[in-house]
Amino acid sequence: MRVTTRISMLIVGTWLFVAAIAPFIFGDGNLIDLEKLFVGPTGNTWFGYDDLGRDIGPRILVGARVSCAIAFLVVAISVVTGTTIGILLGWNGGLIDLIGVRILDVFLAFPGILLAIALAAVLGPGVENVFIALSVVGWVGFARLARAQTLSVKHRDHVLVARSLGTPVLRICRMHILPLIAAPIIVEATFAIAAVIIAEAGLSFLGLGVQPPTPSWGAMIKEGTRYLLIAPHMAIGPGLALFSIVLSINTLGDSLRDYLQIKRGAFDNAN
Amino acid sequence: MGSIATQRIFTAAIVMLGVSSITFFLLHLVPGDPIEVMLGESASIADRAQLRAELGLDAPLMHQWRKFHTGLLRFDFGYSLYSKKPIANMIASRIPWTIILAFTSLAFALIIALPLGIASALRPNSATDSFAATVSLLGVSVPNFLLGPLLIIIFAIGLGWFPVSGNSTRGSIVLPALTLGASLAAILSRMIRASLLEVLSEEYIVAARARGLGAVTVVVVHALPNATLPVLTVVGLQLGALLGGAVITEMIFAWPGIGQLTIEAIQRRDYPLVQACVIVISFAYVVVNMLTDLIYSRVDPRIER
Repeated sequence: MRVTTRISMLIVGTWLFVAAIAPFIFGDGNLIDLEKLFVGPTGNTWFGYDDLGRDIGPRILVGARVSCAIAFLVVAISVVTGTTIGILLGWNGGLIDLIGVRILDVFLAFPGILLAIALAAVLGPGVENVFIALSVVGWVGFARLARAQTLSVKHRDHVLVARSLGTPVLRICRMHILPLIAAPIIVEATFAIAAVIIAEAGLSFLGLGVQPPTPSWGAMIKEGTRYLLIAPHMAIGPGLALFSIVLSINTLGDSLRDYLQIKRGAFDNAN
Repeated sequence: MGSIATQRIFTAAIVMLGVSSITFFLLHLVPGDPIEVMLGESASIADRAQLRAELGLDAPLMHQWRKFHTGLLRFDFGYSLYSKKPIANMIASRIPWTIILAFTSLAFALIIALPLGIASALRPNSATDSFAATVSLLGVSVPNFLLGPLLIIIFAIGLGWFPVSGNSTRGSIVLPALTLGASLAAILSRMIRASLLEVLSEEYIVAARARGLGAVTVVVVHALPNATLPVLTVVGLQLGALLGGAVITEMIFAWPGIGQLTIEAIQRRDYPLVQACVIVISFAYVVVNMLTDLIYSRVDPRIER
């Protein structure tokens, strides 16, 4: 295992640990000390104080919970629904597939996080609506990937044998197709976690996501950009936190892809 | 060729109909009464009824849908709830700014990505290659709402080279375009590397080398044109991310494009304007993708089916 992979695992692991325990240590991170408005980083408080005199460090740690929770929930939902729909489309083919692909195309035609922004805007701000908006957008990529992968494996011999033995369709999909297409989906899911963390922070940055006073990295960066001239440290701390976890997850995704590709190559040769 | 073109245009039209329908129904997703959300709870019953009639929300849903789409065909989006101006005019005045920003970002991305991609393809697994890989990993991992403020702190506040925000001077575009182009540059450099590596192992490259042509000629004249073809499709697809990212980038730098208009509309609960912005941005993306497809199939005869 490469050094960068190990470091990344360590960083992601640390953040998950922090996300789990920080609220029990620091509460909601909203302790106010009016004498310390905008005070920069010192030896005791590495990240300084914000515009309301709150210590930014604990808020970053507590904010990890929202980011991680939303990211993992959204990706879990997206993977399950997207993969299910994708396999069904790819397996059935015909009219259902034709219509399904058109629907996927329509969802993919909304650029970037625009659809999520629009959804979050009409649903109103709040954690639940961020979750809904990102899930509505998230499943599409997995459906397309799963469909393409299913198409490429559904004519393999073992699937044909299973069919001719009268195996029920659901069982074929679960036992004979899903294991073959799981690797690329797992890699995609890893990158998706990073993407959702960024998207959630982006929505909160725009004021459409997690609402104050709940600490959230995106909202903290947004507050920070308002005071860039007098207190740039307000944006830097949460920014570094976000950057470290996203970079680590992307690195893990890269390693995972390299690792799984080697294995898949070996299988392909055996065919 | 003709049939491919008509087929692509037909598909794009269906997708656009889907996009506008979803955007149309978005307004009906508003929990509770959209009129109440727009006017606030203290609005009088008469005001509500008037707005409801103005927006046509009292008509049957399919009737509203048809009216919305006939308006769309004539670039008639109705009037903004906030400024009372025609939405089409508001959008038309913002579009040029977003186009300028998008193309400048694309240019920046190419200026960064081409040398990086070529250098790492020529020496795969070298120090240069891993440097380029690190740079692109950083580029993908930095969200634009973080890179933007960082660039402001360094280049606008620290060094004072460029203005913090707005669009008043010629230098104003540099920081927003860099912010928007960074992730694109990262993705493109990886694409160029992969694509060039593949082309460099082709036999005609070996043949060119065998004929005694210089390394520069072989790479620039023989390899690059073929290697850029697949990159072209990625540019088309990534333009979507660029347009989506423009919403956030324009907010950071107070750049008066359509992205900023979208967020302003959202903040003012000006839902007809939000719908119009989302539709215009998405349509632009669909059209660009269609054009990329068409150009690609024309430039590369192997695609011809």
